Amino acid sequence: MSSQDIPEENLPAEQDNAHGGVGVVDEKNPFADPGLPPHEHRVQDIDERAAKRSERAVAFLFTVSMLATIGFIAAYVTIPADKSIFVFPLGHISALNFALGLTLGAALFCIGAGAVHWARTLMSDVEVADDRHAIEASPEVREKVFSDFRQGAKESAIGRRKLIRTTLFGALTLVPLSGVVLLRDLGPLPEDKLRHTLWAKGKLLVNMNTNEPLRPSDVAVGSLTFAKPESLEEHDEDFQNEIAKSALMIVRIQPGNIKDKRELEWSHEGIVAYSKICTHVGCPISLYEQQTHHVLCPCHQSTFDLSDGARVIFGPAGHALPQLRIGVNDEGYLEALGDFEEPVGPAFWERG
Amino acid sequence: MSTNENTTPRSRGKAPAGERVADWADGRLGIYSLAKANMRKIFPDHWSFMLGEICLYSFIIIILTGVYLTLFFHPSMNEVEYHGSYVPLQGQLMSEAFSSTLHISFDVRGGLLIRQIHHWAAVIFLAGMFVHMMRVFFTGAFRKPREINWLFGFLLFVLGMFTGFTGYSLPDDLLSGTGVRFTQGAILSVPIVGTYISMFLFGGEFPGHDFVARFYSIHILLLPGIMLGLVVGHLILVFYHKHTQFAGPGRTNKNVVGMPLLPVYMAKAGGFFFLVFGAIAALAGIASINPIWAMGPYRPDQVSTGAQPDWYMGFAEGLIRAMPGWEINFWGHTLVLGVFIPLVLFGLFLGLIALYPFIESWVTGDKREHHILDRPRNAPTRTALGVAWVTGYMIMLIGGGNDIVATHFHLSINAVTWFVRIGFFVGPVLAFVVTKRICMGLQRRDKDKILHGRETGTIKRLPHGEFIEVHEPLSQEALHTLTAHEQYKPAEIGPTVDENGVERKVKGSEKLRAKLSEAYYGEESQIPKPTVEEYKEITSGHGHH
Repeated sequence: MSSQDIPEENLPAEQDNAHGGVGVVDEKNPFADPGLPPHEHRVQDIDERAAKRSERAVAFLFTVSMLATIGFIAAYVTIPADKSIFVFPLGHISALNFALGLTLGAALFCIGAGAVHWARTLMSDVEVADDRHAIEASPEVREKVFSDFRQGAKESAIGRRKLIRTTLFGALTLVPLSGVVLLRDLGPLPEDKLRHTLWAKGKLLVNMNTNEPLRPSDVAVGSLTFAKPESLEEHDEDFQNEIAKSALMIVRIQPGNIKDKRELEWSHEGIVAYSKICTHVGCPISLYEQQTHHVLCPCHQSTFDLSDGARVIFGPAGHALPQLRIGVNDEGYLEALGDFEEPVGPAFWERG
Repeated sequence: MSTNENTTPRSRGKAPAGERVADWADGRLGIYSLAKANMRKIFPDHWSFMLGEICLYSFIIIILTGVYLTLFFHPSMNEVEYHGSYVPLQGQLMSEAFSSTLHISFDVRGGLLIRQIHHWAAVIFLAGMFVHMMRVFFTGAFRKPREINWLFGFLLFVLGMFTGFTGYSLPDDLLSGTGVRFTQGAILSVPIVGTYISMFLFGGEFPGHDFVARFYSIHILLLPGIMLGLVVGHLILVFYHKHTQFAGPGRTNKNVVGMPLLPVYMAKAGGFFFLVFGAIAALAGIASINPIWAMGPYRPDQVSTGAQPDWYMGFAEGLIRAMPGWEINFWGHTLVLGVFIPLVLFGLFLGLIALYPFIESWVTGDKREHHILDRPRNAPTRTALGVAWVTGYMIMLIGGGNDIVATHFHLSINAVTWFVRIGFFVGPVLAFVVTKRICMGLQRRDKDKILHGRETGTIKRLPHGEFIEVHEPLSQEALHTLTAHEQYKPAEIGPTVDENGVERKVKGSEKLRAKLSEAYYGEESQIPKPTVEEYKEITSGHGHH
């Protein structure tokens, strides 16, 4: 990566050299830098009345700001927090938020507008040039720094006493490990947690909306029912974690229309139960097309065919939705015949 | 700060109070040498130099409003039943994080305003950085000595994205929870360590009880702390390097032309802070942003349609939506390419920004300082590369909202997705070719203007009946401005045989650089600017043509 091998003369010449000196009108070089153009006066520079007008404009803006701040305080004190007003074209909005926003906005904006107007009309607008200095140090400074460093390094004897150097590096390398080890208790190890859900043999399928166990007759053709395992209640400590894995989608398909053989086997009278959690990155699937039995994840549009083993027919999901094997117990309620046979939700390295 | 007219020797006791305070501070802090260098520091003027200021000011606004929000927000996922003043959610179970955000929005007077200022400022901060980086890129302001400052800016942009993400995830509402779930799904796709990172980040399985508190300390302490340091470093370097300027009469690589910090830029920049703050406050008063009460608390088994992240995460969303769902199963393991490739692309695509200055300086081999900005047309290949990148970014942004695009324009979601998949590869190439051609065309026009003058629109009839348009020669100022840019010659490999006839080995990197250099600066990539001789030959003779 040595860029030094490009010879200097291959680079374009420095501007200053190419165009002659600054400010020299060069008859021979029409492209030469003519230098800074003369300053052009603004009306405020030559007409004191215009300058006075500017002064009044700036003072006016600052005054408006003061009034707006008073308005802000007045709005804060007088407008009830729950009052809503109709403002065209915004619709019904919170009166307090609207009033506070506009007054605070005006109070701030007018300070800014005043300051900028002041700078643009009354402060000097003469452009001046400042020299730049090279960022790089001079060779003398560079030499001094290096010799100081060599001196210091020599006095520390870090190069000569190799034992010290090696053990120091060793100690400094090891010491951050404590910090890494301390992070271990951020969470448990994955183990097989992602492979199991609350579903088990004999667990009833409970309707998510009514909180009642489902019977086959509750599931009509063309409807989409969401279910959870019995005994999982919203108030439970682990409700969020459990529902994130065990949420279920139940639909009824004419058994003759089920294309996948295993799906038919695991269904009950055409009622099939699939994991609601998308196999892409884990959004809950919630859109169901009755005619085609396709379900669509609203997050990233992965589409699954529930009449064909829930295989992916479009979108970024990588594999089919896991199916839950269901049956009917002695009392006529839908029950699970075991847990999912594969992990629900997004794929991961250990999934296999 | 009233010491600028202090010309007489210090006479303590008699001096005005302001001077005495300044003397006191100088005796302890040495402020006079700092003030000498900076109080009348010259800054050049151009509208595009304000873009960075917008970022700085929105960052300050975010910190101010953020501190206020911490006074009321409870970063806890403890389940509570809601009994606040927002009636539709009465009695609902939700996390304390969500309920305290409702409290801020409905019960703390002005709380909603501050929340909305905070969120609007964050959106504007990221947008400002995006545009500011484009300004710096397309004018070549990242060249030596400013490469490190470019990296600081790049880090601020990336950290800003993650600060934004951890911030909008805090209320634990249905929309942001869906975004967190998406992130967790993406983390799971990482080979070997994915499940471990996920368990450690969430304190167990998703969503667990920890992520709000953890995101909170990342959002209000870790990331902003780093960013504050970077912002300070960024500004120190801007002062230290002195600002770049566009070419023009009197403006050289060795000076900086403009107006002094005190008073002009104190007033302009200070005033601009208030303008930005005022505009955002007014915006927060009239435009609702992230109405979490409309979405409700997060439940992993619920979702709303049209779920979108904040705009700056839209490009990552697009990558993940457009990618086909590839999965490879082998030896009991799964390689989730359909999610992992977008995750890697996300990093690579952003990483290109960080690398670019070093690539260009390697191709040119130019080790000199550059303080004069390029006009984008005068660096066609760089400009075209930048536009290609932005095109890829924008196509992915469209991809991130493919459902919104489909429903608003009545298109098939499949068609939109396929457009994005193909567009991601074709779009940048097309953009590159078109941009380069436009730049070359503009260079040709500049050349015409230099050699033949400005078209006046005045038609003249010559004695023999011919009509011509009068061209007015450019002023020397304009001629200088249009010809001030440098043009590189493509690097050559040079003779492969040295003076003794011994064959020199040409390294692969050298060949690559010669190729790239040809692509950047070859005949296909720039119009040679007019020389003095060309100009004289045309102007000396017959005036107008």
